[in-house]
Amino acid sequence: MPISKVRSHLSQNEALLFERSSPGKRAYQLPELDVPPVDAAEALGAENVRAEIEGFPEVSEVEAIRHFTRLSTWNYAIDYGMYPLGSCTMKYNPRINELVARIEGLAWAHPYQPEALSQGCMEVMARLEAALAEITGMDAVTLQPAAGAHGELTGILLIRALLEKRGGPRKKILIPDSAHGTNPATAAIAGYAVENIKSSDTGVLDVSALERIVDGDVAALMVTNPNTLGVFEENIVHVAEILHNKGALLYMDGANMNALVGIARPGDFGVDVLHLNLHKTFSTPHGGGGPGAGPVAVKKVFEPFLPVPRLRRAGKKWAYDYKRKHSIGRVRAFYGNFGVLVRALAYILAHGGPGLRNATIDAVLNANYIRKKLEAYYDLPYAAPNMHEVVFSDDRQAKLGVRTGDLAKRLIDYGFHPYTVSFPLIVHGALMIEPTETESKVELDQFIDAMISIAKEVETDPQFVKNAPYGTRTSRVDEVTAARKPVLRWKPA
Amino acid sequence: MYPENFRYTKEHEWILVEGDTGTIGITDHAQQELGDIVYVDLPKVGTRVEHGKSLGSVESVKAVSDVYSPVTGEVTEINQTLADAPEKLNEDPHGAAWLVKIRLATPGEVENLLNAADYQKYIGAEK
Amino acid sequence: MLDACGVQSAEELFSHLPEAVRLNRPLNLAPGISEYEIVDYFRARAAENANGYPSFLGAGVYRHFRPVLVDTVVSRGEFLTSYTPYQAEISQGTLTTIFEFQTMICQLTGMDVANASMYDGSTATPEAAMMAVRATGKGRVLVARSVHPEYREVLRVYGQHQGMPVEEFGYVPEAGTIDLEDLDRKMDSLTAAVIVQSPNFFGIVDQVRAAGEIAHRHGALLIVIFTEAVSLGILDPPAGADIVAGELQSFATSPSYGGPYAGIIATREKFIRQMPGRLVGQTTDSHGNPAFCLTLSTREQHIRREKATSNICTNQALIALMATVFMTVYGKRGLRELAEQNLAKAHYLAGKLQPRFCGKFFNEFAVRTAGKSPDEINKVLLKKKIVGGLPLGRFYPELADSLLLCATEMSQRADMDAVAEAFA
Repeated sequence: MPISKVRSHLSQNEALLFERSSPGKRAYQLPELDVPPVDAAEALGAENVRAEIEGFPEVSEVEAIRHFTRLSTWNYAIDYGMYPLGSCTMKYNPRINELVARIEGLAWAHPYQPEALSQGCMEVMARLEAALAEITGMDAVTLQPAAGAHGELTGILLIRALLEKRGGPRKKILIPDSAHGTNPATAAIAGYAVENIKSSDTGVLDVSALERIVDGDVAALMVTNPNTLGVFEENIVHVAEILHNKGALLYMDGANMNALVGIARPGDFGVDVLHLNLHKTFSTPHGGGGPGAGPVAVKKVFEPFLPVPRLRRAGKKWAYDYKRKHSIGRVRAFYGNFGVLVRALAYILAHGGPGLRNATIDAVLNANYIRKKLEAYYDLPYAAPNMHEVVFSDDRQAKLGVRTGDLAKRLIDYGFHPYTVSFPLIVHGALMIEPTETESKVELDQFIDAMISIAKEVETDPQFVKNAPYGTRTSRVDEVTAARKPVLRWKPA
Repeated sequence: MYPENFRYTKEHEWILVEGDTGTIGITDHAQQELGDIVYVDLPKVGTRVEHGKSLGSVESVKAVSDVYSPVTGEVTEINQTLADAPEKLNEDPHGAAWLVKIRLATPGEVENLLNAADYQKYIGAEK
Repeated sequence: MLDACGVQSAEELFSHLPEAVRLNRPLNLAPGISEYEIVDYFRARAAENANGYPSFLGAGVYRHFRPVLVDTVVSRGEFLTSYTPYQAEISQGTLTTIFEFQTMICQLTGMDVANASMYDGSTATPEAAMMAVRATGKGRVLVARSVHPEYREVLRVYGQHQGMPVEEFGYVPEAGTIDLEDLDRKMDSLTAAVIVQSPNFFGIVDQVRAAGEIAHRHGALLIVIFTEAVSLGILDPPAGADIVAGELQSFATSPSYGGPYAGIIATREKFIRQMPGRLVGQTTDSHGNPAFCLTLSTREQHIRREKATSNICTNQALIALMATVFMTVYGKRGLRELAEQNLAKAHYLAGKLQPRFCGKFFNEFAVRTAGKSPDEINKVLLKKKIVGGLPLGRFYPELADSLLLCATEMSQRADMDAVAEAFA
């Protein structure tokens, strides 16, 4: 099949800033000082004043903007097309979010300015807390955590605090083998041992195994629902009962909450604590790897333990409550990634209740459409109905020596970002595809055609696929040398 | 391929015993499974290691694999050359790319390990 | 699409969900509103804040002018709407800027390596402490009371369940610098790290070198924190530091009510493998062209899981890019000039008041509010639509009579004169 979505165009070469620099060039302007200058050596002590910063860039404004613009064109982005990274939820990032986050009275609010002059910020946070509580079916929300993994840590610390109050923190956290790597890493930081539990043959939690394992040492189970196969944990209510009967708790990783919004609420199916990734479900931009925000929603019993400060209504005003003796304390300075919170609230306001539900339905429809169209070409290791994402394996292609990573690189030539490669770990050679609600049928069909075409290429010329990509300005990168002989900064030649 | 004078573990380490000293490495099969090795983490000389416990690790770009000690004893020497040239583990895993030498606490311990023929049978079955 | 999926309606795709888990009512959220209404809503909220007031608050969050290019660059969809650069072939833009970022952080801090960013300074602090614990095999951490109080609180919360007890040492009441005798007294052979901040929470250039000598004598590492990145334009990089952790808000974002900001961790070469977070390395592609990729990933949670150096996944890439653009625009000379302007403004203001501490300060300083309480001074200023300083009693009961004031290049002389008047 000829590639119809893309054709190559010239991209500009660009040197590193340090190689572009020439002494004396400048891109900045500062106003004339309206106060007397100060002698640095006198004010700071001569021994504390630095020599010039060796190697620091010196470029003109035009050089600066061309530098970053040229580099930007070497990236793929949602704004270019479908970005089907499973579990990452690469949906459109509405630009209204960017605009409102930059409104001066919000963007220039200092976290220590008086509460009486922060009421707008506090109202935004209170409204978002309430919306997230309604969406998740939970009783209280903290907006403090800076990202999903940070939310996980907060959530596990909350569980620990509750259990300590009930008699002891217990020893271990159960984590399914399909979980994100952040889950076990988080449990370890919170002082727990990790016990991995195997998924059942159908890719969900093995209830009978769980029944055997859960005892007085288990603090909690961390479950992602829908799980990383995109499959809803159908026994979740029973799972919660098993845990609760033994005094253990159910933590939900909300990375896949975008499959549930408006359809089902974790608070209604037995979850005690969950975190959300506002940069996934609620459309705030990923920005090449952050910033995100990882609010944590909890049942009432955890409320006393939430991080300080808590928002509280004081008459007609909002106030902060710092004195909460059971609080786990702060997990970061100030109140959270406020600018991200503003963007997420803008998304919720734009969609409203019905719109959020429609987004969920469209995301699930898109994933199911891809599944139906591709299951004749790629091995589907788990037959359970999927929700917002679908996971294939490279089983058929691997027989010809082509692995999921190779298929992914070839997909780049067709004008798409690859799916998530080799995750979840329980699928050997996984292709994890999440289209999100953003994609139209036209874009989905192009993606499907590309995947089918690649499957055929594997049958006729596997080596050709193994050497992909061909159309990019950078071909396959030597990651082995990068790791053996790390060069992590520029140095003058 | 697999020297007759070595003993092997099911975790894919080998040991060559000479006197009261054992030289330990990972097998050719192990390096093949790992792919391009980019880093080797070894214990300090003087560290006491225990049979079946991790004594270090070997890393490829996207995986970390623990190296389990086949014996109990004290580390007397480590292979310094691997710090700068981890690729040697891919090239000569049974020779120049040995990992550590250990003074054995219980010299008889190695008798329980696999011999070359059994190890080859074991990795054949694993496939 | 419904036909292809074999369903009559998209709702059928959810029919396998057990009845017990389904929400059988609409979400109790108002219907969606238009762009115009959304802007209106947030403008109204902004108007409820101290909108457009000059401010003398610092204390970890600083008001600096943001060069226009910063938002121009980060508004490009290629940077804004891309993911973590796992697929190097189509992420060279992000990877190259991170490599430049890592380089500039090294140049500024005098360290050998820097990571691609942490959430912020307050979380970079415990992550740095955890690094020291791994590197030394010891557990105890000694932190100066002149480190940002909220950073210390985060450090305590992170440390409490992983065998990393945190203890504090004091400051000299006259100078506002760390109390070296107290530090020396509290050091022991089980201490993994000594943590100091410079300029410290009181704005004072602290005794980093001396702290390092004490730490090293006991086999501990020295971690140096900074909250005001602009100070690095004029202050010598932290001498004797093993790890530098800090906050880049000054280089990247407006105060934004506390976030998102970006933290950094930089260190010496020998501690690379103990570092948390992402690292970008230089290599080549299969045609021999220079290229970059994420590297040394085996430290990270997605590979090492419960044995990882940290649980961090998403970091603050876009904020780090803002900082990269900021550092590029100001460059070698501009950053120095910017720092000199901050120094001049703060010393102008301090010259009209009586700084509480005699230590050398950069762009903020504590001052006693003799005769009036700090709150009363702030109230007078608010009447003039000026946000005053931070009453230090909030964090230091012994400094209840003091206000922490900060002046930057954005502070106007007339407003500073008004602050001085309020004290009169």
